[in-house]
Amino acid sequence: MSVMDKIASSKRESFITNSPWIIHYDAASCNGCDIEVLASLTPLFDVERFGVVNTGNPRHADIFLVTGSVNEQCKPVIEQIYNQMVEPKVVVACGICACSGGVFKQCYNTMGGIDQVIPVDVYVPGCAVRPQALIDGVVKAIGILRAKREAMLDGKPVPTPALRVGAELEVVRHSPDDEPAPTGADASDAAKETK
Amino acid sequence: MVWLSILLGILFVVLGPVLGCLIAGADRIVTARMQRRQGPPLLQPYYDLRKLLEKDMRANDVVQLILLVMALVATVVGGVSFFAGASFLLCIFLETLASLLYIVAASIGSSPFVQVGVQREILQVMCYEPMELLTAIGIYLHTGSYASGSLGAASVPMVMWLPLIFLSLLFVLTIKLRKSPFDVASSHHAHQEIIAGATTEMSGLTLAVIEVTHWYETVIVLGWVGMFFITSNPLSILLALLAVAIVYLLEIWVDNTFARVKWQVMLKGAWIVALVAGFVNFSPFFFVGTNGLLFF
Ligand code: SF4
Repeated sequence: MSVMDKIASSKRESFITNSPWIIHYDAASCNGCDIEVLASLTPLFDVERFGVVNTGNPRHADIFLVTGSVNEQCKPVIEQIYNQMVEPKVVVACGICACSGGVFKQCYNTMGGIDQVIPVDVYVPGCAVRPQALIDGVVKAIGILRAKREAMLDGKPVPTPALRVGAELEVVRHSPDDEPAPTGADASDAAKETK
Repeated sequence: MVWLSILLGILFVVLGPVLGCLIAGADRIVTARMQRRQGPPLLQPYYDLRKLLEKDMRANDVVQLILLVMALVATVVGGVSFFAGASFLLCIFLETLASLLYIVAASIGSSPFVQVGVQREILQVMCYEPMELLTAIGIYLHTGSYASGSLGAASVPMVMWLPLIFLSLLFVLTIKLRKSPFDVASSHHAHQEIIAGATTEMSGLTLAVIEVTHWYETVIVLGWVGMFFITSNPLSILLALLAVAIVYLLEIWVDNTFARVKWQVMLKGAWIVALVAGFVNFSPFFFVGTNGLLFF
């Protein structure tokens, strides 16, 4: 291996998977999901084990956790937080409200899921989303974060979920009795369901 | 002797950040265990640093970056001056310069959280500065010189003569290490009242530079604790290391058990402690003097 190769490979070595910092924003959530997000910081789940820090600061964060559906009031806030985050970044929609609007979908003031405003990378359904599912979703988000970083290194455009919709949507599903997450053809079916 | 100084200086430049990183990692683990959590891996601060280096640059980072690199250089030069046994005074002045550069760099950010954080930084400098100067005077009274290297020739450890100065240095150490009860509610501990304080507007490389500066700083202030135990006997280094370990554990314990105080309490507390300790501890020197020295 020549020196140049070594430098190139060390450049590709990514630590982004070891240190995902999170910002959590409560859009129009009922607060059920937010309690679960915070629950994952407690001693029982302790996401800091994986290097996760709940920064509360868009400039520091790599992963944007949004709970609740979107309405006119929180739309500009979501957009601003998203724009303030530094690439590479991913968005995780937590809870069924954030995925699609959930029980509030039909309300006259609700615009629907988070993907109506910003591109979403990982959908984590559940009402309220369970901490296990949330951690699973964050782990999936870390994978996407890594792919985005690779794309940045190659000088390719950062893959946006707009490209990902149609292709394959990341779905994390945790039923109360923990049925295995759907794979392959089921996954895309499930994805359509969630949308 | 000169070669030993140069060697120690180089060792500090090279090993300082490594040690600082390990201390920060151990700190996070011990903190987590105190809260009955498992905590991150030991090398987590290193992973965080590498992650920050991978993030994109923002256009307005450049000026901040220049100032912060200057702060880093000032910290390192100050640390070399201290660990190589040169002037302790130079060390504290350069530390102050680094804090000021950091404050100027941070105040470029326009966010109100940054402004609150910067105000708090300035107050903190006001709080710990008198105590650092008193420590410098203490060294002078003890050895007759401001050089930290002169402690290596002393027959008794400085803590014997200056116990109160030592205790009040521990008091301001909590401020220096940004620990509760004197820290701000910023996101290092999942508190988010003022987001990330002075560093709210920084990201990626700029934040990484701050992180490294902080590692050096930790090693330097722990060095200040250690110097109270150094004598001409080489075994005293072990004693100093033991003292540093105990002090740091104590700091983590205080961090986890004390509620955060308002800045007024911090300012009054730090000044009263420094003045009382300074007056009481230095007054015997008026009459006795050490090493044949009278007060000034
Ligand atoms: S998914 Fe359920 S718990 Fe979560 S915000 Fe919506 S209604 Fe509340």
